[in-house]
Amino acid sequence: MVPEIGHFALALALALALVQSVLPIAGASRGNTVWMKSAQATALGQVLFVSIAFAALMQAFIVSDFTVRNVVENSHSLKPMLYKVAGTWGSHEGSLLLWILILAVFGAGVAWFGSNIPAETKARTLSVQAWISVGFLTFLLLTSNPFDRVFPPPLDGNDLNPLLQDMGLAMHPPLLYFGYVGFSIVFSFAVAALLEGRVDPAWARWVRPWTLAAWVSLTAGIALGSWWAYYELGWGGWWFWDPVENVSFMPWLLGTALLHSAIVTEKRDAFKSWTILLAILTFSLSLLGTFIVRSGLLTSVHAFAVDPERGLYILGLLAVSIGGSLALYAWRAPEMEPGGLFRPISREAGLLVNNLILAAATGTVLFGTLYPLILEAVTGDKISVGPPFFNAAFIPMMLALVVFMGLGPFLSWKRADIAGLLDRIRFVAVLAVIAASAAWYLLNGGPIMAYLAILGAAWLLFATLREWALRIRLFEVSLAESARRARNLPRASHGMTLAHAGVAVLMMGMIGSTGWKSEEIVFAAPGTEVTIAGFDITFEGAAKVQGPNYIADRGTLVVRRDGELVTTLFPERRYYPVAESQTTESAIRSTLAGDLYTSIATPASDQVNNAGAWTLRILYEPLVNLIWIGSILLVIGGCLSLSDRRLRVGAPRRAKQPASDAVPAE
Amino acid sequence: MKRLIAGLPFIAAVIFGGFFLWGLNPERDPNEIPSVLISQPAPAFDLDPVPGLETPGLARSDLVGNERPVVVNVFASWCVPCRAEHAVLTRFVEREGMRLFGINYKDKPEDAVKWLKDLGNPYERIGSDLSGRTGIEWGLSGVPETFIVDGDGTVLFRYVGPVVGPDAVERFTQALKQAGALPNGAAS
Repeated sequence: MVPEIGHFALALALALALVQSVLPIAGASRGNTVWMKSAQATALGQVLFVSIAFAALMQAFIVSDFTVRNVVENSHSLKPMLYKVAGTWGSHEGSLLLWILILAVFGAGVAWFGSNIPAETKARTLSVQAWISVGFLTFLLLTSNPFDRVFPPPLDGNDLNPLLQDMGLAMHPPLLYFGYVGFSIVFSFAVAALLEGRVDPAWARWVRPWTLAAWVSLTAGIALGSWWAYYELGWGGWWFWDPVENVSFMPWLLGTALLHSAIVTEKRDAFKSWTILLAILTFSLSLLGTFIVRSGLLTSVHAFAVDPERGLYILGLLAVSIGGSLALYAWRAPEMEPGGLFRPISREAGLLVNNLILAAATGTVLFGTLYPLILEAVTGDKISVGPPFFNAAFIPMMLALVVFMGLGPFLSWKRADIAGLLDRIRFVAVLAVIAASAAWYLLNGGPIMAYLAILGAAWLLFATLREWALRIRLFEVSLAESARRARNLPRASHGMTLAHAGVAVLMMGMIGSTGWKSEEIVFAAPGTEVTIAGFDITFEGAAKVQGPNYIADRGTLVVRRDGELVTTLFPERRYYPVAESQTTESAIRSTLAGDLYTSIATPASDQVNNAGAWTLRILYEPLVNLIWIGSILLVIGGCLSLSDRRLRVGAPRRAKQPASDAVPAE
Repeated sequence: MKRLIAGLPFIAAVIFGGFFLWGLNPERDPNEIPSVLISQPAPAFDLDPVPGLETPGLARSDLVGNERPVVVNVFASWCVPCRAEHAVLTRFVEREGMRLFGINYKDKPEDAVKWLKDLGNPYERIGSDLSGRTGIEWGLSGVPETFIVDGDGTVLFRYVGPVVGPDAVERFTQALKQAGALPNGAAS
């Protein structure tokens, strides 16, 4: 019964979405307030019904209702409760339902909190959002209904992929989707603005909180996914330039560009058509990601149930939404008047460079990701593009970006004072060079690129701190006065400082763990000793252990440094009998200085499996935790900026059009 | 002009869309990556021997002018599957009379020497590719990889990954026979 309610709720949500996609926008063009206002109710109603559907599916997972096909395929009665719940969004159908739920949540968010947005703009935006909802709801109902029944019901389910039995998974897709799909509302705002034919600073201000919210979740989602691959999958790395990683990274890069270009639109009324284009493209890349992950278009280590028919349907959706919005852009964008002029050295110019580099980087990742497909289509050759291409093309661009990132906040709008600028950053540049030289002297070896990157990261960190210190006049005035100034600074400014510093910290982690990583793969019998990065590790042997729904081979590794016991690590190789699959549970000793990472694998062949010998993989990744710390700083910075007063209190209104509702948004 | 620029994103999207439509063909398997080297001359290279090993180094000239096609195996001591593959290749050399040459890929000489001492050395010649340059020339996607090269220096066959397990050994044996890389009568 409950699954039928869920199914029915989805149908009702579709009906509401259909109404919302026509009525408000028609009302906006005819000036019919009632029609426009209807979006409020339909958007909230959509959230209600999609939530009911989602809850119904979750209920089926919680009680292990094996009459529902989706539960049979993705759950098992023996699975821990947490992962039963997480199983709701572990499959193609369930994750799509989550997608739609988030879509509806963002639509309702604008309906609920957007009282400072003029009625016409809001009505158009919500209609556009409903178009997307209609597309995905029909996709779900027609091709991937999560509530399909199965008869006769089997006795038990087929388990969720054991790789996915991890807290990382429970949180990773929701966050990632929140980011991905969050850009949908920005897209809707952009299309509404194109339909209206007008973009102004007020528009940029309405869009900013939504962009920020989406960006923060996407950042957290990507970082969590990377953390998950590193700790759970036993890949011993945190980024692989896999197509599925790339498609989540591209919206992030372009979303970052959008955040910055929208600032220029907000403060200086410039970059208008560029900001609109970024808003459209960012969401287009999110859609592209959904398409690539679910169509089996490219080869990837990430697997989803692949179905070309579904792929065709999503491609149709893509054609309508991306093709339609870009055609609209081609038609309306040239009519937008360019705004505020600026000199070659100014904050605008700095942000322009930032945008160009980020866009070029996105283009590079897009090209590298799709190149195998394009080449195969044109010449029939099949190739794969790996990390060497991305590292060679991407890293230099990021280093250039970092230089401007440090510089940008010092620049003033319109026209910056070059002499003053040089005066303020000279000290920072010297400090960065000293830091890089010190690293060179102490570390003595390692790739030259790594030292350039250290220079870049040090420059960014010092420049960011220096800029912050200048703002609060640290050490120039009394500490109490500085603290008072810090309190009075807008939170967005603190957010920027924190996020930029986060990038510097993140870079340090990346540099340490790629440039100075040591790795040993040994074929070890009990008693074997391995020395790596100053640690002496003794393999004591492996034993069989029984887990809740798996059997594991657990290795015991005693770690000593200079003869003293540091820790004992227990990496496992788990076998899940129900799913008939294996996972690697690495054991890690984690400190700020670096991670000692151990994993155990069965021998490559039976011929060599004598005397209980095992393959051990031992890695030392210096500073790798700074990657997660830097990501957390980015997220906190984004949240701080999101909590900025000016986003909460009513945005400035358009002079000609008094808003229908004058109450501030709080 | 302005219109043209504003239209560019749309045109790009249409082009990408065309590729996607083509890529959805269910017959297509993106995981299959054949070598561009097949039926092509083997790349030119000249590698020094592994220091500390008596086996001579390997150059392209060693691969050409042989009576029968020969096998080039790319291996490394740090590569775990290579260890399993080593036993299979040794058997081919000892029992079937296959001629085997090695490229030691990005490996510390002392590790390689120890590895070969522990497991035995079935290679006639081994070139040490410390920089990985030759690996790039051969278009390696990983280690191990195994190639069959005929007397003209043309690459006849490429096997990506370890030749381990019944299926892989069967495929490799077929390729050896087709190429005529095994002496007559030695086929088992």
